[in-house]
Amino acid sequence: MTPQRILVGAALAAALAAPAVAERGASGQLNIIYWQAPSILNPYLSGGTKDIESSSLVLEPLANYNPAGEMIPTLAAGIPTLENGGVSGDLKSITWKLKPGVVWSDGTPFTAADVVFTGEYCLHPEGGCNAASNFNDVETIEALDDLTVKITFSVAKPFPYGPFVGATSPIVQKAQFADCMGARAPECTEQNFGPIGTGPFKVTAFKANDVSTYEMNERYHQEGKPHFSSVLLKGGGDTASAVRSVLETGEFDYAWNAQVEPEILRRMEAKGKGRVIASFGSLVERLMVNFTNPDPALGDERATAKHPHPFLTDRAVTRAMSLAIDRGILVDAGYGAAGEVTCNVLPAPAAYASTNNDWCKTQDIVEANRLLDEAGYAHGADGVREKDGVRLSVLYQTSTNSVRQGTQAFIKQMWEEIGIETELKNIDASVFFGGDQSSPDTFQKFFADIEMYANNFDGTDPEAYMGNWACDEIPSPANQWVANNMPRYCSEEYDALVAEYGKTGEAAKRQRIAMRMNDMLMEAGAIIPLIHRGRVSVHSATLGGVDMTAWDSELHNAEDWYRLK
Amino acid sequence: MYGRSRRPGAGLFKYTIRRTLLAIPTLFFISFVIFTILDLAPNDPTGNLPLTIPAEVRERIRQSLGLDAPFYIRYLLWCEQFFINEPLNVLEESFGWQIGDGEDRLRVTSWATRSPIVDLIVERTPQTLWVVGMSYVVGILIAVPLGVVSAWRQYSWFDQFGTFFSMLGFSVPTFFTGLLFIIVFSVWLGWFPSIYDTTHTVRDWDGFVFQIKQTIMPVMVLALFNAAQISRFMRASMLDNLNQDYVRTARAKGMRERVVVLIHVLRNSMIPVVTVIALGVPQIFGGAIITEQIFRVNGLGQLLIIGIQGADIPLVQTLTFIFAVLIVFFNLLADILYGILDPRIRYD
Repeated sequence: MTPQRILVGAALAAALAAPAVAERGASGQLNIIYWQAPSILNPYLSGGTKDIESSSLVLEPLANYNPAGEMIPTLAAGIPTLENGGVSGDLKSITWKLKPGVVWSDGTPFTAADVVFTGEYCLHPEGGCNAASNFNDVETIEALDDLTVKITFSVAKPFPYGPFVGATSPIVQKAQFADCMGARAPECTEQNFGPIGTGPFKVTAFKANDVSTYEMNERYHQEGKPHFSSVLLKGGGDTASAVRSVLETGEFDYAWNAQVEPEILRRMEAKGKGRVIASFGSLVERLMVNFTNPDPALGDERATAKHPHPFLTDRAVTRAMSLAIDRGILVDAGYGAAGEVTCNVLPAPAAYASTNNDWCKTQDIVEANRLLDEAGYAHGADGVREKDGVRLSVLYQTSTNSVRQGTQAFIKQMWEEIGIETELKNIDASVFFGGDQSSPDTFQKFFADIEMYANNFDGTDPEAYMGNWACDEIPSPANQWVANNMPRYCSEEYDALVAEYGKTGEAAKRQRIAMRMNDMLMEAGAIIPLIHRGRVSVHSATLGGVDMTAWDSELHNAEDWYRLK
Repeated sequence: MYGRSRRPGAGLFKYTIRRTLLAIPTLFFISFVIFTILDLAPNDPTGNLPLTIPAEVRERIRQSLGLDAPFYIRYLLWCEQFFINEPLNVLEESFGWQIGDGEDRLRVTSWATRSPIVDLIVERTPQTLWVVGMSYVVGILIAVPLGVVSAWRQYSWFDQFGTFFSMLGFSVPTFFTGLLFIIVFSVWLGWFPSIYDTTHTVRDWDGFVFQIKQTIMPVMVLALFNAAQISRFMRASMLDNLNQDYVRTARAKGMRERVVVLIHVLRNSMIPVVTVIALGVPQIFGGAIITEQIFRVNGLGQLLIIGIQGADIPLVQTLTFIFAVLIVFFNLLADILYGILDPRIRYD
């Protein structure tokens, strides 16, 4: 079954079996399992998604994202836009109106002062707030009255929804966190383990890295919700057994991030106790093509823009490499419901997805060979193609992970069919992504010809993400290799689009620019996209109302979940 | 040489003091080595954050964790927090005293949870002791009779079975037996829960039954493993003694076989086994990383592995150091026990 059909099926099931009783807490106990245990319930100090999602049952932002990536007001009365005047004409400020009548779970009213405080809390330079990038360029956050907040930016912000939108930057209570600013933030264990929120549930107990329990918030601002009266969120262990506890033993109702082999997942789902759900965000597993020469003989100048790559800058080679890959096999073997073939580095939200690169969707070895022949790469004695003494031999690196090594093996085989020799290498994820200056194996240094990993962008706006491939983002010794343009792609036209993008506020225009940028990267062969990766979770057949989104916390609508009779 | 006229135990006392004093530099050295290894290891506490979080923000998070300070400062800070601040805190909490300025005293704090590590350890010790400790006890209860009978009836079918059992326990890893148990008893039969509920408190009979039900699988998985080891020691030690002259003498005196085996031989054979058991106790505190993960007992072993995965260096440092202390302590205890059980041992 395709993910879309699963989603449609789930939606239908939800629509047919609306909760019988619209009474708060009528569904009883909800059991959720996260195989990564939450460590802290303060999303601003968290070390990963698990913490952000487990606190999203309690803390709410001004707006959340639905599965389509659209904003839905949560604590706000509506979404401010250019059209309704909530966003100023010069794109430098946004004014949020708050939903009236909302109270914290301790009974005190929720006001604009809490929103202002949350901004100050995260912006404090000593706090180590991990959502700091949501607040980029924020100049002031002020309360115009009890229910109005105005955020002013120092530059024009075509997409001003960084602060307070989505599960990464919810509102914390001023009264509770007032003494936890800056360097004191980590010392507030009691607050960090038991934040007071406006959400559907409140924390009753929290055991770090193990389990948290919640009970319904009697003062929740939506009538008749939540349907569940209490929640147990257990953490730890491995993925497969978490999935088993939902699909086979039925002990749990919902298991997050069911990244197990597609075959195992299919077999467990066949037992009928629950179903697999998927949602696609912007995560793309891709091959980055090194446009510079990683030859160790170049010393300090290896993999810098001074030395172009001997053959990967040739469009014919990268296009042939892309055509030689059967992406369908990679999806079936490694991702199942969690993957779809893609030819774009920007495949979502749907309005941004380009169709100009769909030639890569079907493998075409004949065409790939033809391209290489035409470009003058002839088969050598050992079957490897070469031209002017340059052999088509690539070093292909990625992080250590069984699915990635499987993908590597497939691609090596596919490339050998077109006469490209491939040497594989895998590096521990903490080193590869770690950014340690002393290690030659980081993904930024890119001392290889091809590297594979997945990346996405926060929220639904790709402006910062598409900006990654500007010329000044090329990693080099000058910037301590800390930059995002791994392929070392550089084009004046692209940079001009980046600049234009930053000045455009109108949604349709922004989409056109982003699509054009995506197409340019594909045409240049800087990036070979492989798989559009989704989030996969499983839930019990007796759980209704689940509306999974990849753009926000999976538990974003836990107040709507209910028990099917 | 000590004569019999000397006060008994004086040598033992001196020995204990000497060993304890020697343990202090050893432990400091161990703590330094652990810290160095952890510091040199390529890991990053911000490594698990989503890739969308930019490098500058990561750098600020690292600074807020104190990672920008030089190596020796961080080590000395940890020493201060662990050897001075934590004991003071324990004193304050247990006796209600106020020693100095308790508010500003920094405790050893985990990077992932931002909470004092000692509190985390205290929170987790009960379930580890209950599950892993219980498995040790059950393991001993299986191993001792198994070893005794196996040795007494050497090469009988029972001995063959015992050998098979311990080979099985030795060679089949706990992640396999654990999974097997879950599939058989949770998925097929539905008798026991596959996931341990650490929030469960025993209030009534039903609660107790549930506690037994959720403990039984992890305990048996580990007990099988422990029993395999100990039963081999027990058997070997029994065999050594069964061939001794004093056994023949006892039998010649017309003592019943029961008395010979269970009183004379067993007592003497227990001496090395008790040492082995004492040396194994630190493992209980260390938790059983794999078994705890499989059944989600979430005790000390799981705390350690989460710390390692998340590059939570203070947590890993503190836990491994506490394990080191326990190992040193139980080594000492085993040596002392050995002397008490076997009067032939002298500490001079």
